[in-house]
Amino acid sequence: MSSLERQRAFLDYTLASLVRRKAKNGALVLAYALVVFLIASVMFFSRALRTEGQAVLAGAPELVVQRMLAGRFDTIPASYADSIRRIRGVSEVEPRLWGYYFNRAVGATFTVLGLPDFAHADDEIVAGPAAAKAWTNLQDGRYLFRTFKGDSTGFKPVQVLPEETRLVSADLLIMSETAFRQVFGLPEGQYTDLAVTVRNPQEMQTVTEKIQREHPDTRPIQREEILRTYESVFEWRGGMVIVVFAGAALAFFIFAWDKATGLSAEERHEIGILKALGWDTADVLVMKFWEGLAISLTSFLLGTIAAYAHVFLADAGLFAQALKGWSVLYVDFPLSPVVSPTELLALFFLSVAPYTFITVIPAWRAAITDPDTVMRAS
Amino acid sequence: MIVKPVVLALLLASGLIGAVMAYAAWQGVAILRHFDLSSGDPRQLALERKTYLISTILSYVMAFELLSLFLFIYAGEDLHTLFVGAMCAVGTFNVNSYGYTALLLKIASALGCGVWLIVNHLDNQGYDYPLIKPKYAMLLPLTGLVLFEAYVQFGYFSHLSPNLITSCCGAVFSEESTGLSASLAHLPPTLAQILFWGGLVALARSGAHFLATGRGARLFAWLSGAMFLIGILALLSFISVYWYELPTHHCPFCLLKAEFHWIGYPLYASLLLLGVCGAGVGAVERARGIPSLAQALPRLQRRLCMAALAGAGALAAIAVWPMLVSDFTLG
Repeated sequence: MSSLERQRAFLDYTLASLVRRKAKNGALVLAYALVVFLIASVMFFSRALRTEGQAVLAGAPELVVQRMLAGRFDTIPASYADSIRRIRGVSEVEPRLWGYYFNRAVGATFTVLGLPDFAHADDEIVAGPAAAKAWTNLQDGRYLFRTFKGDSTGFKPVQVLPEETRLVSADLLIMSETAFRQVFGLPEGQYTDLAVTVRNPQEMQTVTEKIQREHPDTRPIQREEILRTYESVFEWRGGMVIVVFAGAALAFFIFAWDKATGLSAEERHEIGILKALGWDTADVLVMKFWEGLAISLTSFLLGTIAAYAHVFLADAGLFAQALKGWSVLYVDFPLSPVVSPTELLALFFLSVAPYTFITVIPAWRAAITDPDTVMRAS
Repeated sequence: MIVKPVVLALLLASGLIGAVMAYAAWQGVAILRHFDLSSGDPRQLALERKTYLISTILSYVMAFELLSLFLFIYAGEDLHTLFVGAMCAVGTFNVNSYGYTALLLKIASALGCGVWLIVNHLDNQGYDYPLIKPKYAMLLPLTGLVLFEAYVQFGYFSHLSPNLITSCCGAVFSEESTGLSASLAHLPPTLAQILFWGGLVALARSGAHFLATGRGARLFAWLSGAMFLIGILALLSFISVYWYELPTHHCPFCLLKAEFHWIGYPLYASLLLLGVCGAGVGAVERARGIPSLAQALPRLQRRLCMAALAGAGALAAIAVWPMLVSDFTLG
């Protein structure tokens, strides 16, 4: 018999013997798959959030300059923009006006953007899809705002941003610069921050250093830094959740070890007969290897597929709240299904490696069973 | 310390591997001290049974070591975004001095486990455990290696804190650097090519001689070991450059990416096949003259030699392919 056929025969026998003890092995596979499912869901979900974050930030300015006052974020004068524009390598500096508006009637915070070259009139407004649905305090079809002085002013909605942009524009309201200053009381010549474009990305670091030297009271933030921070936050959250689940995993592995150690009289008898029929210890070990592999791979596949369905089809309903953060006008976006080989291999290590090493000694103990002792005992 | 699933997986695996290897070594010491085939003592019987456990453990360790080598590279790839200036795994491993040490130790452990399994396989062919003592004597340094690797890997991850300034592959393998990896990468491509193709010819010649006459196993093993190292050197110096079609890009990890058709996997697989099987031919040579292995040994050596030559052939094919199909030339 060729060695391949030999292994096939072993596999055949092992699968038949697994099926014979459906209840016991079924429970094991189910518990195992549940552990894989929990870990895989966390990993897939945090990876999907990272990918979404990257997609959103891809359109963000490469470098944002904020002014700091007493360690707090403050408005930045237009003169800063002029001097930064003179730095060699900077191709564009765009002073930006934006802020948050808390609408008491709705109980939600909206992001408001003021544009100097707003295409509509000063008393008109453009709304994001979620914002347009949520805004309820209307008067004659106009959005009512409470200005910084306490009086109200109305804006006529002229356009709702398309649904496709909802990830970045869900809670967005866009108005003219004049209107923005009128609502928030921001003095002329002051801006929220500056968006800086650098011609050659390799000069980013030098430009950042120059800005810092010229204006020590500013804080330049690179897009890369934001990305990095998001990544560490999501990864860290995912890692923490996995550490929490480690308790559940540990419980499972103790269960698996117990199952593997406590051979039933029937199994003992079976191994005894096999050995009496001429099976070698090595043969029983090969059989046990196929048994472990069949259980591990079945559970791994079941758990991974269930986690995939949970995260990408059911939007990770079980623990999205713990990983996402919160917001009243939270964007409801479908997660783009991304699974990398790194994740799958890491998942394999987190679930299959402990199972393999935990069951190796019990499997060997079963394999060295003396046929004589077993037969006599039964 | 970065708490990431990948990092947790690697730490867990190295902890488990370390623990079972320590157990195997402990049992190995008992076998070295008390194994006596002529005795009918219950302890002797127990020790004979233990040998099954240890070979099973070692085959699992070998499989997981190999996978963890790739997972480690993936982790480097995955973590690079957290470090300023790191553009791929090269930069991540450079964040602290443990990175490359851990990688090299992983390669060494995988090779060591492979050779051990070959010796073990041969030992199982003889009815009287002919190689039991050398086999378990070899297990002790191997365990030391695996434990040291686990320690270095832990050191690497525990000394990682995001946002450190590190160099990217452009900087590590660029002209100005003086580090070891840079000087290897800037071995003149002509010299590297002479070494590589010359080494392959010598290896093929010695392999043919061994297959024909059954003599010169040790020479073949040494040549295979040297070819394994030369292969890595050639990979850094010109194979990668031809595949990227970019004279300045020497990164050994980007080859694992989809853009380069995952060519890194067959490349590293053939290198490992060459290294493990070639070294195996020499490692089992000491069994020559043992009567119970008189038939099994030459058969195994021939098979190993052919496998090593197949690895070398695949390596040569991967190296020569981009030279044939692309317009890119060096110098």
